[in-house]
Amino acid sequence: MIEYFVENASSFAGDIDNLFLVITLIIGFWFFLTFGILVYFIVKFRRKDGVKAKYFAGEKHSETKWTHYPHYAVIAMDVVIIAVNIMVWVNIKQTLPPRDNLVRVIGQQWTWSFIHAGPDGELDTPDDVATVNDLHLKLGDTYHFELQSRDVLHNFAVPAFRLRQDAVPGRTISGWFKPTKTGTYDLQCAEMCGYGHGIMGAAVTVHSAESYETTMAQIQNGTYESHYQKRMGTKTSLPSNTSQVDEEGSFAVLLASIF
Amino acid sequence: MSQAAAAVQTDTHAEHHEELSFLYKYILPVDHKIIGMQYIFTGMIMAIIGGYFAYAFRMQLAFPGELVPLYGLVGPGEYNMLVTNHGTIMIFWVAMPVLIAGFGNYLIPLMIGCDDMVFPRLNRLSYQIFLVSALVLIASFFVRGGGFGGAWTSYPPLSSVAEYSLTDWGASLWILAVALEFVSFLLGGINFVTTSMNARAPGMKMLDIPIAVWFIVVAVILFMASVGPLVAGAVMLFMDQRIGTTFFLPSGGGDPLLWQHLFWFFGHPEVYVVLLPTLGIVAEIITVFSRKKLFGYRTVLYTAFATGGLSFVVWAHHQFIAGIDPRMANVFTVTTVLISIPLAEMMFSYIATLYGGSIELKTPMLWALSFIAAFLIGGVTGIYLGASAMDVYFHDSYFVLAHFHYTFFPITIIGMFAALTYWFPKMFGRMMNETLGKIHFWGTFIPFNCIFLPLFFLGLAGQHRRIYNYEHFPDLATQELQNIRIFATVSLVVMLIFQLVFIYNFFVSMFKGKKAPNNPWNANTLEWTIPSPPQHGNFKDLPTVYRGPYEYSVPGREKDYWPQNEPPEEN
Amino acid sequence: MSMHGPIATHRSATGVPSGRLAIWWLLASEIFIFGGLVTCFVLFKLNGTPGFEDASLTSTAAGAINTFVLLTSSLSIVLAHAAIEKGDRVKSFRYIWYTIGGGVVFLGIKTYEYTGKIIHGHVITENLFWSFYYTMTGLHALHVIGGMVIMALISFDIRKGHNYQRVELIGIYWHFVDLVWIFLFPLLYIANF
Repeated sequence: MIEYFVENASSFAGDIDNLFLVITLIIGFWFFLTFGILVYFIVKFRRKDGVKAKYFAGEKHSETKWTHYPHYAVIAMDVVIIAVNIMVWVNIKQTLPPRDNLVRVIGQQWTWSFIHAGPDGELDTPDDVATVNDLHLKLGDTYHFELQSRDVLHNFAVPAFRLRQDAVPGRTISGWFKPTKTGTYDLQCAEMCGYGHGIMGAAVTVHSAESYETTMAQIQNGTYESHYQKRMGTKTSLPSNTSQVDEEGSFAVLLASIF
Repeated sequence: MSQAAAAVQTDTHAEHHEELSFLYKYILPVDHKIIGMQYIFTGMIMAIIGGYFAYAFRMQLAFPGELVPLYGLVGPGEYNMLVTNHGTIMIFWVAMPVLIAGFGNYLIPLMIGCDDMVFPRLNRLSYQIFLVSALVLIASFFVRGGGFGGAWTSYPPLSSVAEYSLTDWGASLWILAVALEFVSFLLGGINFVTTSMNARAPGMKMLDIPIAVWFIVVAVILFMASVGPLVAGAVMLFMDQRIGTTFFLPSGGGDPLLWQHLFWFFGHPEVYVVLLPTLGIVAEIITVFSRKKLFGYRTVLYTAFATGGLSFVVWAHHQFIAGIDPRMANVFTVTTVLISIPLAEMMFSYIATLYGGSIELKTPMLWALSFIAAFLIGGVTGIYLGASAMDVYFHDSYFVLAHFHYTFFPITIIGMFAALTYWFPKMFGRMMNETLGKIHFWGTFIPFNCIFLPLFFLGLAGQHRRIYNYEHFPDLATQELQNIRIFATVSLVVMLIFQLVFIYNFFVSMFKGKKAPNNPWNANTLEWTIPSPPQHGNFKDLPTVYRGPYEYSVPGREKDYWPQNEPPEEN
Repeated sequence: MSMHGPIATHRSATGVPSGRLAIWWLLASEIFIFGGLVTCFVLFKLNGTPGFEDASLTSTAAGAINTFVLLTSSLSIVLAHAAIEKGDRVKSFRYIWYTIGGGVVFLGIKTYEYTGKIIHGHVITENLFWSFYYTMTGLHALHVIGGMVIMALISFDIRKGHNYQRVELIGIYWHFVDLVWIFLFPLLYIANF
């Protein structure tokens, strides 16, 4: 379901989407069952003249089994959810697979800086490539990231990768991802960071190998055109004056355009 | 019976009282009923402010950059201030004062059959401190830099360093207001617990206490046990802000994550602090309007205890990706998913109460049933967020927002209207208009779902929180998503307009409504055995209790209810 | 026995008088407040945060004397309670004021300590240890002052023959204040543990 809204562009995005599906099936079953019974009881036991309500305390086993057994079933399904979840979590947050590439992500009020490791694969060496609000990645490389903040809490969030991680000042937090689809995606700051939190976006571009080399070269020789700037210019498809929408008339139109 | 109780004066409370002046009756009361109403009215006024803020920021989201009618321009700093204070106000200055301090104060002495709280003057002081806290918060909007804008969670270093937050005194007045509110509720809690434990009517055993009273008391205990570390944290935050200590600043050896732990150690039990009173109110209403004994009184009680206890070991699910050790996340994911279990059993018990009932869908019952329905959605969507890997995607997204509005809105707003429509006759001696009540109900409940159900989908689309204008995020700036935002905002405006129906009904009924009898709902609990509104001192003759509160439709009896204080029939 | 107040105040379904119940609940919430501060202190210390070796700079002698002073004042409030149980208002009044005197000595020593430290540059913002030192002892001192004020008011009340039960209640509170100090003393005055 998430794929309907957002690209699936990393190696673990599918795991998260599957987890979502598992949880949805389980809780969906419980929700519709419980909700259905609630509505059924409200309808079936409406007050009727001459019909008195039943009287029972819900203490005898013959009565409590109706809540106890579903209760055990809930426990069993919770265990399933926990198990699947932990498997996915361990993969994303507890393991660091061997890396093909490295990038340092620095958040500050209110910009993102990226230090790409360069051909030698190490940071803090002369061949590093630094950008602002533009992260460039090579398709299929397993990346480690070193996440830092210069001031307050920020959060390195790339919905297309299904990735979020808080950036904490005073620390470097490590993680990994592997881009699996070329394209340019939103990068967000997903932790309140003050006045400019709402403009603290960036662009993540996943390149094929040649496109990546070309882009890195352009950045270094000054011919690079920021993907971030380009996106901000053309991609906003909102009408600038939205006050034409009035509550009575366009309601049906709104509904139609959403679904 | 203990000796102390036997030595109680048998003369009534109302014997020697000069008529109190207006000042001492309404401004400086010690009467729990008036204090309760002070809390309720203050809470309702704060709800208007909190709702107004929501209107303003949702209008900005739907029509970015446009002047919001009846408000003005909502820029980035203004937006942050609005969302921060909307959340803060709704939790601390609406949910808690109305449900706990307001109805708790009004109902507890009545429902346990005594004439007031054990410490009436402490009760008055609690309200006064609460009022000051509200005024301090409102003052924070008018200082230079404006109101605090660092989100209701107030994470440092944003909240502790003025250069980062740009709301220097706003931030300090905000934390001061919150701290004062905590003190007020700590004091009030002493009254509630002591009164419920000690001042019960003779014959009222522990298992004869109405669930509403039990749950308010458990809530207050949870509050007292969880808020301490955050009071410490608030002192530390205030000092970081004003004196330059570095409790939460890494450059000074401090740790931003410490605040998060202190905040959420309180913050998670807090949601049960506000949930339990509403659950208690719902229990009273569904038993009365289905004429049925509560299913599994003891089970309901034990699940409340279990939920309350477990609530102390789930807090870090708010911090899965905050930089805590990832292995810790597994512990908290297990506890968080498990806490759904006692709560589910409680919901099943409530629904089982309806089985075989004789259900009358009067306005209070509509509210109580809609609470169960909406809270079911809130509850199940919490499972997604308790799963740590899922939270990697959903953290700080609109999915979280939709989840907690599907819990908080039923708790605060539906709970408030359920309680108000149910106990209005007792409080004001008149009946509310039933037709207007139903119109208000549907005009609130349907738009509520129209606001928040779509927000789940925005969360699925990766939309993050606390952003004043999604035009800056091309993947989120599509027409489809914007239409959802507009739809939600329009629904909010519709819902707000319907609240006028309630305001009209509430105030007109107060003066012109049909006079209410003692027991318009034919209920069992003790507050319905005395006149509406109750006289000073509550009970002309203090009651003795002979049975539990839910003896409805007892076979072999002519009446389908059996007040707790009616002596047993001689057979 | 007070004749004021509602009947609720005099009921006791649990057998424990409401005043005592209330004090225990108050203390429970206070334990969480001080417990929160103490836990944070300990966590920072265990984490190796710089500055916590400054516990060796606080005067162990002053801290020890203050511990003794508070313990003694706890004794005198117990004696005040014993006296009022027998109805001896005069003796109880005297012992309450001995307790208040103990509080004065405690605060005097703390003032001397604070002054000395501040003059030497150990201000609250110097490092996290000193931030905690002043915050924890400061909050504790506020509780001492509050206790002393309430104790004084109670002493005048019992001298007029009212509310004897409150001597025990303020005694319980004072023991708590004492107990908090007994936790603070080793944490703040003894560096290596």
